[in-house]
Amino acid sequence: MPVKTDLIVPTDRGLWCEAGGFYIDPWRPVDLAVVTHAHADHATPGCGRYIASANTAALMRSRMSGIGEAHTPAFGEPLRLGATTVSLHPAGHVLGSSQVRVVPEEGPTWVVTGDYKVEPDPTCEPFEPVACDVLLTESTFGLPIYRWGDTLAVFDDLNAWWRSNADAGRTTVVLAYALGKAQRVLAGLDASIGPIGLRGALHGPTGVYQEAGIVLPDWIHANATNAPELKGRGLIVCPPSASGTAWIRKFRGKGGIRTAFVSGWMRVRGRRRWGSVDRGFVLSDHADWDGLIDTVRRTGAKRVGVTHGSSEALARYLAEREGVETFVVPTRYRGEGDEQDGVQGPGGAA
Amino acid sequence: MRRFTRLFLELDATTATGEKLAALEAYFRDAPPEDACWGLALLTGNRPKGAATTSVLRESVLEASGLPEWLLAECHAAVGDLSETIALLLPDGAGNADEPLHRTMGDRVLALVGASEDDKRRIIRDAWAVFGPAERLVYHKLIRGGFRLGVQKRLVTRALASVAGIEPDVMAHRLIGRIRPTAEAYAALMSPEQAADDAARPYPFFLAHPLEGNAAGLGAPGDWAAEWKWDGIRAQLIRRAGQTALWSRGEEPIAHQFPEIAAAAAGLLDGTVLDGEVLLWRGGRDGGPLGFAALQTRLNRKVAPTHQLDLFDETRAVLVAYDLLEQAGRDLRREPFEDRRAALEEVITALGDETIRLSPLLGASGWEELAAVQASARERGAEGLMLKHRRSVYGVGRTKPGDTPGWFKWKVDPYTVDAVLTAAQPGSGRRANLYTDYTFAVWDRTGEDAALVTFAKAYSGLEQDEIERLDRWIRSNTTAKRGPFRQVTPEQVFELGFEGLQASERHKSGIAVRFPRILRWRTDKPAAEADTLDTLRALLEAHRA
Repeated sequence: MPVKTDLIVPTDRGLWCEAGGFYIDPWRPVDLAVVTHAHADHATPGCGRYIASANTAALMRSRMSGIGEAHTPAFGEPLRLGATTVSLHPAGHVLGSSQVRVVPEEGPTWVVTGDYKVEPDPTCEPFEPVACDVLLTESTFGLPIYRWGDTLAVFDDLNAWWRSNADAGRTTVVLAYALGKAQRVLAGLDASIGPIGLRGALHGPTGVYQEAGIVLPDWIHANATNAPELKGRGLIVCPPSASGTAWIRKFRGKGGIRTAFVSGWMRVRGRRRWGSVDRGFVLSDHADWDGLIDTVRRTGAKRVGVTHGSSEALARYLAEREGVETFVVPTRYRGEGDEQDGVQGPGGAA
Repeated sequence: MRRFTRLFLELDATTATGEKLAALEAYFRDAPPEDACWGLALLTGNRPKGAATTSVLRESVLEASGLPEWLLAECHAAVGDLSETIALLLPDGAGNADEPLHRTMGDRVLALVGASEDDKRRIIRDAWAVFGPAERLVYHKLIRGGFRLGVQKRLVTRALASVAGIEPDVMAHRLIGRIRPTAEAYAALMSPEQAADDAARPYPFFLAHPLEGNAAGLGAPGDWAAEWKWDGIRAQLIRRAGQTALWSRGEEPIAHQFPEIAAAAAGLLDGTVLDGEVLLWRGGRDGGPLGFAALQTRLNRKVAPTHQLDLFDETRAVLVAYDLLEQAGRDLRREPFEDRRAALEEVITALGDETIRLSPLLGASGWEELAAVQASARERGAEGLMLKHRRSVYGVGRTKPGDTPGWFKWKVDPYTVDAVLTAAQPGSGRRANLYTDYTFAVWDRTGEDAALVTFAKAYSGLEQDEIERLDRWIRSNTTAKRGPFRQVTPEQVFELGFEGLQASERHKSGIAVRFPRILRWRTDKPAAEADTLDTLRALLEAHRA
């Protein structure tokens, strides 16, 4: 269990560090917020002051208003906050995503991972394990059924599927979360197959990625003007909420329309079915089971707090098999991956 | 095994009937007969039994993955399917062998029957070493209980018929009983049509139109014959070349479920085809037809009872005949109804067996008296009246729009439609954990671009055991979820009754119905035969009139 005297404790506003006088990823406005990344379940507008990576701050501003003064230290740059020293380290989840290391004047060093993945991803800074005494890790996919295959093989499959759709006069639709997954998919597409269209909601974050120097293929606005060009041969990337709408049907080709969902949840057959999609591609921005276990080992942490997802199972496994002390950190968000990926799970089990 | 696995994944991935059919056709076209016969056996539920126990599989995966047992349980809960869970937990490094399905069935499935625990473990480990992840999943399903492919036998029949190039009803008849999984049996099944196939071939059923408005609008009452509209299974009884076939309107062969009718049919002359209604009939002084629900329990039984358990229970299955389509091998369908009826009466009288009886003609002096008879239909165990024009021929399906319908069904409750269940959500209170709030749709347009349009929600009218059965069906046939709302495969048909209806801008269908309720679950009716938006519009017109 978390202990009251811990450096970082869960509260009804988020993770609170009293010695430093700041919250990490608060879900209500607070005076000082350290934000791991720009997803809406981690970044809240209306706080007095923000500390986040420069890319995270840019992405937050592109997506929400009410982001006030932000201090943007470089990765690894130490920052004095109250009686603590805080530094950000790349988490590999989406562009700008950070882990937060907190070193008190006395006592164990903590690292809060935020969301992270360990697979290579050309659209964000690569994950680095950070040595610590206490690790607070996410566990969205904290069950051994979730193990990701080779990312390049997933893109080969996706491109081959797009090509076969285009050959049959079918429009290809890829459902992906607007920030992070969409740009990662974009970077993996073979633009020689056909034109790529992006739904409006994706333009803001995609622009920030390109300004940050991330190389992406050319894309066009998926709108009425460009519909004739996209119909039957193009690939449209849009958020899951656009699935099955009148908007998407405007792009229907002669051979119809085929929809795929790109998410770690697609590893399980039932999820593919409930999503009512034609194809599911297994590609996640979260660590898989092996990635979670390996990260715990590489940080050298002796205590591990588990949050966001299958926390109980991962905590119990780590305690039994890895010999670390574990505790579960409650969060307001139950199965955040569900929200993020837009697919409902069976009875809320993430 | 790879081809069969692909079929499994394709069937699993789509809810569109057309795509399932295409996948099945591709499978049966490409698979060699020695494999296709196994594919067919597995698709139709003839899975070899007693292969492996789940416990051996469980122990083996724990050993191979090194995971604790409680974590397997956690994973199983998250996935919901043990075969899939085990496939997901196995370490990678699987093989990529494509071995023929019949070899897999022989060496890795049937070989497990009666094998020692150690041999079972070895056989399973060997299979894991040669199969890729998807084949492993299918393999687990083959050696465990309850292998289901989510495909109706009707669809398998259609696919086989199309590949063999024969009529679907011929294929349906050839598929009666168990087909041995051998290349020879499969080749015989797929052979071109032969004379012997004709013996069982049914005629297309002639369908009635709902009577809208006043019966007096039909003209002179003397031109029309009236019968009870029975609440049973519409069926065609065929006696040809010394053989009997009984077909339901859903074009399912059902003779094996009603052996007493088949036995009585042996007394008919060769070349006789009857159209009528299968009913369960209670004997004795207060005898009469039992409701459709009673009949359904019989339909769901795999094997019909061969003897009566209660000697005092005189309930038995009967065929109430109302038309004669073929006599002495001659097609009578173009003859007027009154001539066919006269011939029918002779045939039934000559047979002299209560199991196949006549549907009586109801005498009445005029429309008014007939309306009084119609109003008493429920007391007689009937749904209303059938009105048949005395000069009408026996057509095909429903009369085309514009033509004068020869048959009308005049139901007691004028406002009923057969609708398709499209979605469900849980009830509240006692029923909070059951899916009891249903959404229903009717067809908008027919043919290729047919679509379902939602028109009513209904909450009540089913028995508790039906609710539970439907709940299980809903859970295993969910195609999409949004919050508590589940969209389901549009497959189940229900007869809905309502008190009235009116045009509505707010409803997608353009029509709002008042107090909709479920009258019964039409398990006998395929979704394609549910009613259309035009039926509702016609009811609306009649309601206004």
